Amino acid sequence: MEGVPVITILYFAWLRDRLGRSSESMPLPEGVRFVGDVIRSLAERDGEYRAVFGLQGGAIRCAVNQEFAGPDDGVRDGDEVAFFPPVTGG
Amino acid sequence: MAIRVSVQTAAFSMDAEHARLMQGGHAAGGVGAFLGVVRGGAGLRALTLEHYPGMTESMIGRIAADAQARFGLLGCTVIHRVGRLVVGEPIVLVLCLAAHRAAALDATAFVMDWLKTRAPFWKREEFEDGRTAWVDAREADDVAAARWARDGRPG
Repeated sequence: MEGVPVITILYFAWLRDRLGRSSESMPLPEGVRFVGDVIRSLAERDGEYRAVFGLQGGAIRCAVNQEFAGPDDGVRDGDEVAFFPPVTGG
Repeated sequence: MAIRVSVQTAAFSMDAEHARLMQGGHAAGGVGAFLGVVRGGAGLRALTLEHYPGMTESMIGRIAADAQARFGLLGCTVIHRVGRLVVGEPIVLVLCLAAHRAAALDATAFVMDWLKTRAPFWKREEFEDGRTAWVDAREADDVAAARWARDGRPG
């Protein structure tokens, strides 16, 4: 029997503050193949996750394996998926 | 052509970075430079800068490489600080070495415009009264970067 695919999720800036964690491992539920699926899956959780990923989706950016990504980009076992606000460097 | 990228908490020296950039730059006619500092006002005491280690360095490296290709740079240095920085402290240094002035100055603006929209940094403001707040992204930064988008964006 093959192992369940797992991704590492990273949170930065106010997402980390609100969710109270900077990273977590997430076993990929059946049928979760794209970034948009991951976001929907997180939005189904209770509390801050619902607020952050359900209502404020437009204010969140994503990277998969340190490349900017969108809802239609794929996620696979072992991927590093990061969620963060629009960047404000310089 | 030397590209140097550093994300660091420590202060940097413009003179030392300039001297390093000039090594091997005998065809150079000028250095475009931008030194960003923490802007005060409205009771701001300090900024705390956070980044995405690894991705930040690779994005800046690509922006610098794109600047090199587009403007024919002889060297490019980008130093960006993270951590807590009080009002007036340097945040970012961009140096672009080129044969001529226009390329050096344009490349410096190009690197800064893309850095502000593509490099994963985030700023949290800290005010005199103890309040803190994450800085929102500015639409004007996207507009500034878009003017270079003729050949697509870096990364």
